[in-house]
Amino acid sequence: MSVERVLQADYDSWLDALEEGDGYYLRTDGEATIPPLVTGDADLERVPLARTGTVDSKTVIRVPHPDFGEDAPYVVALASFGPVTLTGQVTGIDPEAVETGLEVEPTVLESGTDAERFVGFTPVDGQEVTDE
Amino acid sequence: MAETLIAGVGATDFGEHAGRTGRELFAEARSSALEASGVSGSDVDALYYGNYMGETAEEQSHQAPLMAAGIGTTNLEATRIENACASGGYAIADGVRAIESGAADVVLVGGAERMTNLETGETTAALARAADELHEGRPGLTFPGAYALLADAYMDRFGGSRDALAHIAVKNHANAATNPKAQFQSEIDVADVLEAPTVADPLGLLDACPITDGAAAAVLVSRAYAERNDLEAAVSIAGSGRGTDTLALQAREDVTRMRAAESAADAAYDQAGIAPEDVDVAEVHDCFTIAEVLALEALGFYEPGEAITAAADGETTADGERPVNLSGGLKAKGHPVATGVGQLVELTKLLAGTHPNADAVADAEVGVTHNAGGTVATAAVHVLEVDS
Repeated sequence: MSVERVLQADYDSWLDALEEGDGYYLRTDGEATIPPLVTGDADLERVPLARTGTVDSKTVIRVPHPDFGEDAPYVVALASFGPVTLTGQVTGIDPEAVETGLEVEPTVLESGTDAERFVGFTPVDGQEVTDE
Repeated sequence: MAETLIAGVGATDFGEHAGRTGRELFAEARSSALEASGVSGSDVDALYYGNYMGETAEEQSHQAPLMAAGIGTTNLEATRIENACASGGYAIADGVRAIESGAADVVLVGGAERMTNLETGETTAALARAADELHEGRPGLTFPGAYALLADAYMDRFGGSRDALAHIAVKNHANAATNPKAQFQSEIDVADVLEAPTVADPLGLLDACPITDGAAAAVLVSRAYAERNDLEAAVSIAGSGRGTDTLALQAREDVTRMRAAESAADAAYDQAGIAPEDVDVAEVHDCFTIAEVLALEALGFYEPGEAITAAADGETTADGERPVNLSGGLKAKGHPVATGVGQLVELTKLLAGTHPNADAVADAEVGVTHNAGGTVATAAVHVLEVDS
């Protein structure tokens, strides 16, 4: 697969796959990345995304983006899934209980105001966390 | 010997300018810079003007010709530069490049921003657009939220406390207290910072810079022009560097390292022929307390993980070994987004001995400005030297 373009569709189809439990990342010239991507003529390999990731960094946002005004406080985290890192909102857990090292599964969320989809994380079952 | 001299600087007060437009603010800064320089507006070859959010704040794109109007000549190149919060720093860098290439003898660099006329939500949304819309905007990452992620990652990796961060805010407020241009001319203490409402954990309201209106400008001239016209310029720009990183934090190998600023600093030091230890004083991009920490490490003043205690230990305070943000910084002087030229104005005065806080660095020869865009996806670093 050779890609010389950046299309919104690349990201949308990536979200579709993530939503269906078939998340992936792209590997080109040894670099792992998430669509959309411009690569010129480099070979692209589609590699399955790890089923679970780990929270590397997190923040509880208390002064919200206006698109999420009703949702504050909410947590945005960076979570690593092997060689790639995703940015997402963490749901299904008390915001205060999100810690570095929390094991999460990726999901796809939709904002209430403009129906745009984005990455979410939910805690993997069985961890000692406080439910919302 | 540096080819680019700072012939004059000027700025509005930073703060709230209710009822004034960006062009009024810039005209004030531009006029005072030209007056201080002794250069006629008709000699200006180019204007490089930084502005981030004119479309949102004033429904005005294409601002460069607006800001050039009335300068005294229509025979000039005028360009607006937008690199988020680093727009001003990039305007300076383009000005230096124009002079050093021989394309221009006189360049006006500047920046202006109107922000306080927007509601907080509108400002929050406008600032969030400096991040990656797909990966960061959509999940609702705010600008303070993005820096909070950096702070969380930094403290998780290296340790450090909110208390140490608070000392940075306290230091910069103390410096601003004696700067009549500053938005907050009042001192605060560590308890004030720790007790302020949290914006995005671990950062509170007093870890963050304010929302600010303001404008700044500087007249840069070639050494040849200065000699032909008997201009006195106390300070030169000896090094100019820029760097770029990925826009999204998630694409970075290590979010505790600001590679754009490291590259910019390397390039600027190289051009000036200096090393980090030669720098006597710095104005750095402290949009949040953690941002000052990351800046000091990217500039090579500290090893990774070691700058967080610099303010608490008194190393970067006014009486410290290398004062940082003697102007009050973005944190207390204020941060009209195109803030890079404001740093240049303040540092020029500090080195020339004309700043109210200049006594703290009376013997300083070399200063650095560090201006960052977004979460340091772009950065511009300039080395200023007292011109002997």
